[in-house]
Parts: sequence; structure tokens; C-alpha cells
Amino acid sequence: MRDVAIVAFAQSDCVRDAGARNEVELIMPVLQEVYKQTGINSAQDVDFTCSGSCDYQQGAAFAFVAGVDALGAVPPIKESHVEMDAAWALYESWLKIQMGQAESALIYGFGKSSPGELPIVLSQQLDPYYLAPLWVDTIAFAAMQARVMLEQGLITEAEMAEVVARSRKNAANNPHAQLKGDVSVDELLAEPEYESPLRRHDCCPISDGACAMIICTVEKAKEWGKPYAVIKGIDHRIETHHIGSRDLTQSISTKQAAEAAGVAQGPVDIAELYAPFSHQEIILRRALNLSDDTKVNPSGGVLAGNVMMASGLSRIGEVAMRLINGEGKRGVAHATSGPCLQQNLVTVLEAQ
Amino acid sequence: MSSSAEILSQAFTLGYTYTRSTGPIVGQFLTALRDRKMVGIKGSDGKVLMPPVEFDPVSAQALSDFVDVADCGVVQTWSWVSEPRKAHPSDKPFAWALIKLDGADTPMLHWVDADDAAQMSTGMRVKARWAEKTQGLISDINGFVPEATALSEDYQANEAEEPITGIDSPSYLTYNFTAGGATARYLAELKKGKLVGQRCPSCENVYIPPRGSCAACGVATTDEVELTNKATVESFTIVYIPIPNNPIKPPYVIANLVLDGANISFLHLLSECKNEDVRIGMRVEAVWKPEEEWGYAMENIQYFKPIDEPDVPVEEIGKLKKGGR
Amino acid sequence: MAQLAAVVGVGQTKYKTKRGDVSIAGLVREAAQNALNDAQLTWDDIDAVILGKAPDMFEGVIMPELYLTDALGCNGKPMLRVHTAGSVGGSTAIVAASYVQSGVFKRILTVSFEKQSESNAMWALSNPQPFSPHLNAGAGGYFAPIIREYMRRSNAPYDAGIKVAVKDRLHGAKNPLAHLQLPEITMKEVEDSPMLWEPLRFLEACPSSDGACAMVIANEDLAEQSPGKPAWIRGAAMRSEPTMYAGREQVNPQAGRDCAKDVYKQAGIDNPRKDLDCAEVYVPFSWYEPMWLENLGFAEDGKGWELTMSGATSLLEGGDIPWNCSGGVLSSNPIGASGMIRFAEAAQQVRGEAGDHQVDGAKTALGHAYGGGAQFYSMWVVSSEKH
Repeated sequence: MRDVAIVAFAQSDCVRDAGARNEVELIMPVLQEVYKQTGINSAQDVDFTCSGSCDYQQGAAFAFVAGVDALGAVPPIKESHVEMDAAWALYESWLKIQMGQAESALIYGFGKSSPGELPIVLSQQLDPYYLAPLWVDTIAFAAMQARVMLEQGLITEAEMAEVVARSRKNAANNPHAQLKGDVSVDELLAEPEYESPLRRHDCCPISDGACAMIICTVEKAKEWGKPYAVIKGIDHRIETHHIGSRDLTQSISTKQAAEAAGVAQGPVDIAELYAPFSHQEIILRRALNLSDDTKVNPSGGVLAGNVMMASGLSRIGEVAMRLINGEGKRGVAHATSGPCLQQNLVTVLEAQ
Repeated sequence: MSSSAEILSQAFTLGYTYTRSTGPIVGQFLTALRDRKMVGIKGSDGKVLMPPVEFDPVSAQALSDFVDVADCGVVQTWSWVSEPRKAHPSDKPFAWALIKLDGADTPMLHWVDADDAAQMSTGMRVKARWAEKTQGLISDINGFVPEATALSEDYQANEAEEPITGIDSPSYLTYNFTAGGATARYLAELKKGKLVGQRCPSCENVYIPPRGSCAACGVATTDEVELTNKATVESFTIVYIPIPNNPIKPPYVIANLVLDGANISFLHLLSECKNEDVRIGMRVEAVWKPEEEWGYAMENIQYFKPIDEPDVPVEEIGKLKKGGR
Repeated sequence: MAQLAAVVGVGQTKYKTKRGDVSIAGLVREAAQNALNDAQLTWDDIDAVILGKAPDMFEGVIMPELYLTDALGCNGKPMLRVHTAGSVGGSTAIVAASYVQSGVFKRILTVSFEKQSESNAMWALSNPQPFSPHLNAGAGGYFAPIIREYMRRSNAPYDAGIKVAVKDRLHGAKNPLAHLQLPEITMKEVEDSPMLWEPLRFLEACPSSDGACAMVIANEDLAEQSPGKPAWIRGAAMRSEPTMYAGREQVNPQAGRDCAKDVYKQAGIDNPRKDLDCAEVYVPFSWYEPMWLENLGFAEDGKGWELTMSGATSLLEGGDIPWNCSGGVLSSNPIGASGMIRFAEAAQQVRGEAGDHQVDGAKTALGHAYGGGAQFYSMWVVSSEKH
């Protein structure tokens, strides 16, 4: 596989309610920002464009069609869309570069979750005969998973609180974060339970926003003369939807993706993990076999702000930008989808 | 930007009662539920999976070997919902739980009606509380209860004998939709009886209704341009079928209309003329509803009607001058 | 450079108004299992699954790839979900091909489906949102004015659409999987069918179907070892443009023209009418055949209807460039799958596997799909020859 360079990344602030901004109005500012970083004018200047979004977030079919209005797609462009987190749009674009059909690509993800009741909306992504009619929400699944971990002695509530405290602390340096600040483990543990055994802070917030990225061949990055980080490996795996057949204490599909992406082939300085619930960060750290030397979620991660359909791509962008800024030499980014981390994508990145 | 943005929000429901066909495997499970019985299915490795899945999670083989399973079992993990949501199956606090029924090898998800979280524990035994009237739905189990709970078994007899092959599945989601900035400004003007489009700063074409960007250039449109009530028919169709939830009676004419000064068409109704007289290039003007009925909607214009002006030559319609004609 | 890839297995369901005998998983599985059987493979032989469908609102299952993992034998494998509106079946095939053409995977399964009977197509495609600026009269209400403009420009006879409606249904009668089976259909019957969106009549519009389509795509080595004949992917292209912009050409959209040029160039096609043996083109409303004949370069601008009227696109009339021998979208339309059916039927023709609707000796075929406001395009050219 050839190396693929990440040359630009931009994300909006994570906000609870973006109010009077439609898809186009959310997307355009981050697109303009990545064009500026790359020194190009529009989507016309890349070979391929791919986006990730979900119609049900806003409750409108074809949300991504409106997104095309932000691209300046006249004359027509080579463009595609996944009804997934934009991290998978990156994967599709990465394949296009691998097969030599594109030298560069624009990827963006956007989500406006504020109009709906997100946990209930997401209950409708479950088995339509056995689960969706019960309206069992995403938080319930995560809470049951956390309880298994706690009762088997695989995690403690203090460890979960530590994840949250570190997220809030790291997010203090992230201008886009929604939740940030200094809070101690003891203070967190004194909070009441929300959906036992989870406390409210164990769950990611709901955010509106967008993000965008430009990737290209290393040759093209040199031609553009911009600093870049490279994707050394990327892989994604899914596991069974039959929740009773899963071992909820680990993330097997993350392990499989990590192995295929080559996470273990070197030390990991930085990792950004898409863990919507505090205990899932611990599951993921273990699945990726990260050592204590790895700086995990220096942005605060999604516990500090979670734009569904963009957060996965943002994890990759966060790692890339930190590598470009010299914060480390090698990093790992992770994205997820589905109940209890059913589907996972792992990217290995290196500084140049 | 000429006017400050008003925020327009409105609740709406995205909902449909889906008519699902179940196929034989799901159907057999739901049929058993209707009879207040539980059945599992044997996986490729011989383990009994609950609820019965059509395809083995590991081998991917199609499964068909049903096994009777008890309607009681053990809680393997649970969560406590202290603030139930409207859609949830219980309006008082309850537990979600993965429950391994006696005779099954994998747990199934359902809810447990317990007095409080203290009554819940992993390893506790629970039993199904059957609905008084069963229909062949997962909700025929009206939650599980601690095994010691006394239940009245005053069930309605089931007369249906046909196996379940389909279910109605209502899915109604409520959203509070907020209009985008460009749309909000456009609708605010429309409420005042004005048609205000936006001009692209790059190509100078005028968009109405504005969508937040010039789709051709990919840049935000901000300059506002007030347009007239007059338009030209770019094309049209005579519709013979009713629009769901719309009082307009067919046949009626829907036309692509280009307002004078705009560079893009929109769809609206055409009336006060014979349908067969409508033609491409025809000149029309907006007929507004009475002012007291104006809201934030294009329906403020009831329809467009023909006016006594010469037709616009066809080759000029799609090629209006930039920045308005 | 892209590596060679070929279709080595095709599976479809029977298309019907309502497949009341299967669950959503059962429907998808049927097509997938048929494709595996066709390629003489098992689930273990598949490295990844690429799934496509149109809006999730059709079935009310959000991101259904999560629920469909087990039906598609995907536990532990990569799964990707594509959604590019009506063109999605074609786009999904192209994304799936890129898994192999990139050299990253050896053999993948791709599936597209729609179970439209779970809800109502008109509702799912256009559920009204507050402050929506558009008056909605369904897909026909959107496309009928564009068709009217085509008729004006081209001076086409009023019955060119009727001719297509008859021809595609007669083709469909040769395809046992086609939803509509109308072997006795006549021009008069189409003309007398109720007007829906003038100039479009009921029998000039596609049905609403349940169905799924699947393909196994393999790399060069595995395709050569495959027991059946492979359909080599000689070119694949996609193009998008915005729904509305000032000066947009809606009758003969540039995105379609550009996409066709791109795919022909990759496949070494100079003259599509001569160099292709047949085409499966997304024609949901009869008039889109003459319109796409021009858009895709089979006829000069304004002359597409002449080809249609001459019988050139009819298999039964012995036309030189049969279009939609399977019956096309006018005979079966599970929206999310419709594009992939076009791509798969093109593959079946060059594999010689099209049964009663086979074009004798077909070597090279076009598969085409479009979606949204005729703004998203995906196309591929497949051939019995590798180069």
C-alpha cells in the first residue's frame, strides 16, 4: 500500500444546538478552511470528494444532497457518500488513491443532532423486530456493558471517572470542545448515577457541527508544499449484531482492525479514540494494546464533544494535526459505529 | 447582510407505521410469543440463541432448528433508567436487562419492572410478565418481573391461529426543526409579502428561494435582492394524482417558474386558466393570500395566474441575464 | 494503476410489490446467497461486504448494515454502506470494485436492496419538513416538466415514451425475475392508461418493488480461476452536480455527459452505439430512454427518439443496440437496488448468462444509474474480454 498524506483538517466547534444553520451553512466554513490550508480554491481542485452523514439525525431524507450545494460542483465532480461516519468516507477515498484513480480527495462529515432525541433516534438502528420496537436506546446498551465490566472487576468506577477528568482537562486546550474544565475524580464520583451504573458525565454530549479533511499522494503533498502526516495503515471491521453473542468486555472488531492496520508495528505516541462512553475508552485502549506512554485523547475526545458522523473523521484529523505539529511521531485514530462499539475503524499515522 | 436572522423553529414528526414481513424464523418466534411461549434457535455450534436469529453470527449459516425455552431466567447485566423517556415501555423507572432464559445459551434484551434499582442485581431470577392481550410482537412480553412476583394470569384467549408473517411497527420520531439562516431570512421577508432572493457574490446569479449557497460556486450568498411578483413559465406538468395531505384537487398545474430578476426556477401552482392553455414561455404573476393569513411559508402565494404580456421566447427563459434581467 | 477486477457471481431476488415471505435480512440474504452460489463460493471466501441502499426511511431501519451484518456473513470483516440517492446501486458496485482494484482485497461481496413495501415510496422520498420551500408532487412532478421541455426541443412524437414503455415490458416478460410481467402489453394500453403527471402516463412510470441484487467481485487471479465466465470491469465512473443552480441544463445534464465520456475513455469506446453490444440504463420514466440516448452519446442531441422509434433499442425487434433487455427500471424498481441491477444485468449479458433476454454474442455492455434531481451518475463498462 502506498502512503497517503493528510494535508489539511478543519472542524467546527462542537455546539449543543447549531440553531439556524442548515447543512450547507455548517459545511461551508470547514471546507473553506481546508481549501485555505491546502492553498486550493474549491472541490474542483481535488480528484474525488466523499462525505458521511445520516438522514435521521435531522429527520430528512437526502441530507447529503443539500451538502453538494456547498461544494461548487460545477462543472460536475467525482463524488460519493456513505451513510456512516465520515471516517469511512476517508476509507473510500483512500481506496481511490490506492487504485490510482485519484491523487487527492476532499472528505467531510456533518451532523445536526439537536433537532431530534438522539438516543431514541439511534434505537431505530437496532434489529427491527426484536429491539427497535422496544425503543432501547444507546445509553442503555452502554450502561449494561459498563456493568459487566465493573462486576467482572475489569474496570472500576474511579477508572471511569479518571477518563472523564482527563477528557475535561485535555479539552481545556481544545477551542472546539463543548465540555471542558478541571474536575477531580472525587467530584465526579460524588455525582448521582444517571442511567446506572453510568453517570451523566460518563456519556458523551450531543453536538452539532462538521469537519473536513484533504488527503493526497505524498507526491501531491510535496507539489502543494504543505506539511503533512501520512496514513500508514487503515482498516475497519464489524461484528455480530446479536448482542447476546458478543463478549461485551472487549472490542474484537477493534483488535482485528488494529492488527490489519499495523498498530503494533511501532510505539504509539498519540491516540484519539472514539469512545462515546468513559468505560469504552478503557475497552479500546486494551483492544489497541496501548501502553501507558501513549497520550490518549489529547483533544478531550468525544466525551468533550461528539458530532455524530463527523467525530470519527475528527479523531483522525486530530492525530494528523498533532503529528504535523510535532507532538509525536506515530499515532493511532479510531472511529466507531453501532451499539457497544459494533463497528470500528483504525488508522495508523506517522509524522514526516 | 441586510437583515438580522430570525430563528424559525417548528416541531414535526417523522413517522410511519411500517408493515414488516417477518420471514419464517422471526415469524415463528413472534407466533410463539402470541401463545405466551418462548422459543430459541440452535446455532451452528449447537448453542441455543435467543431471540432466534435467522443466520448464525459465526458461521453465517441459515438456522432453522427451534428449541423450547423457559419464560424465566437470570439477569446477566442491567441498567437502571431513572428518567424514562416518552418512547420507553414504562413510564416509571425501570431496568433494561440482558436475560438468559433457562434453556438458552445467550441472553436476550428486554426490560424489568422493579420497584427500584436496589431490587435489581446481576444473577437475580426474573420471569416474563405476559401482556393481557398478545399480538405476536416483542412487546407481548410486558417486561420481566422478579421471579417471586405474583402475577394474575387473567389472559385474554387467543383466537388467531394463523402463524405470524407480518407485523405493524409504528416508528414516530419527533424533531424540532430549525430553518437554515438563508431560509429564515427568506421566509421572514415572505411573511411581509416580499419575495427576496440572494445574489452570488461570485457569479452574480440570483437565487430564490435562497439555499445558503450558490450551488455552482460553493460560496455563501448574502446580498439580498427584492424581486417582483412576475414570472415566466419555464416548464410545467399537469398533475392528475393527489398530493398526500394536500387539499388541492387534481388535475392541477405545477410549473417551474423563473421570477423576473432571478436565475433559477422554483415549483408552484398555476391557476385561473385552462390547463390546456398553459405553455412554456407564458407570463404569470403571484396571487397572494389575504395578508392576515401570511406566515413563514411559500403558501402565502396561493398560486400564480397568467397575465396579459407577450410570451418570453423560449431560448431566453433558461438564459436570463446575470444579476437579473 | 488500478488492478483488474471482474464480476464472478451475480444474484438477484424475484422482484415483487411486496416480498411478504421474507424479513429484510431474508431478502438481502437471498440475493447474496444466489451470488455466492453463482460463483460457487462460500461465506468464508468473501473478504469484505459493501452495502448500498436509498434512504433509510423506506424501511425505518437506520444504518441497516449494523443489523444486516449476520445475514451477510460479515462478522469480523469490513462492511461499508453507500448512499448516493437513486444512483446508489451503481455507486455501491463501483465502491465495491475499488476494494479489489486497489489491491487491498481479493474478493468481495456487494449487495443493494430496498424493501419498499415496508412503507410508502412517496412518503419515504418526500416526507415534508417545516419551512420546506418546495411544493412536492412526487418524483413524477419533478421530472415531468423536464420531459416536457425535452419533447419541445426535440419535436419528438408524443408516442416515443409509449414505445419505450411497451418495449421494456416486453423485455421484462423475457426475464422471470422482473416485477411486471406484461407479455401482452400494447401501445394502445399504455396510451389509455391514466395520466399521472402530464405528459407521463401510469404505464410510462416504474413500479414500486421489493428486491435485492448482489455481486461477487474478484481480482484477476481469482477471476481467472472462477468456474463461470467473468465480466471484466473495463471502466467505472461517477459524477455529481448540484440539484439546482443558475443555468443548469436539466434535460441533458452535464454530469451524465461527463460521466459517460470518462467511462468510455477508460474502456476504449469511441462510438457507444457501435462499440457496445447492449446497455442497461436507469429509465424510471419512459421518456428517459430517448433523453439518455442523447446524454450518453448513442444519438445526436434531439435525435434520441429516432433511435427508440426505429426499434434500435429493442431486443425483440432485432435492434443493433438493445437497451434494458432485462425489462429495466420500468419493469422492476426496488430503488436502492435498481442501479446495481443495471450493473449486474450488464455483467450477465457479457457472461452469456442473461437467459431468455440474452443479446447474442454480447461482449461489451454498459451499466448506468442516476439519482437525485438527475444529478448523481454512476456507470460501468463490463466486457467478456480482459483488455
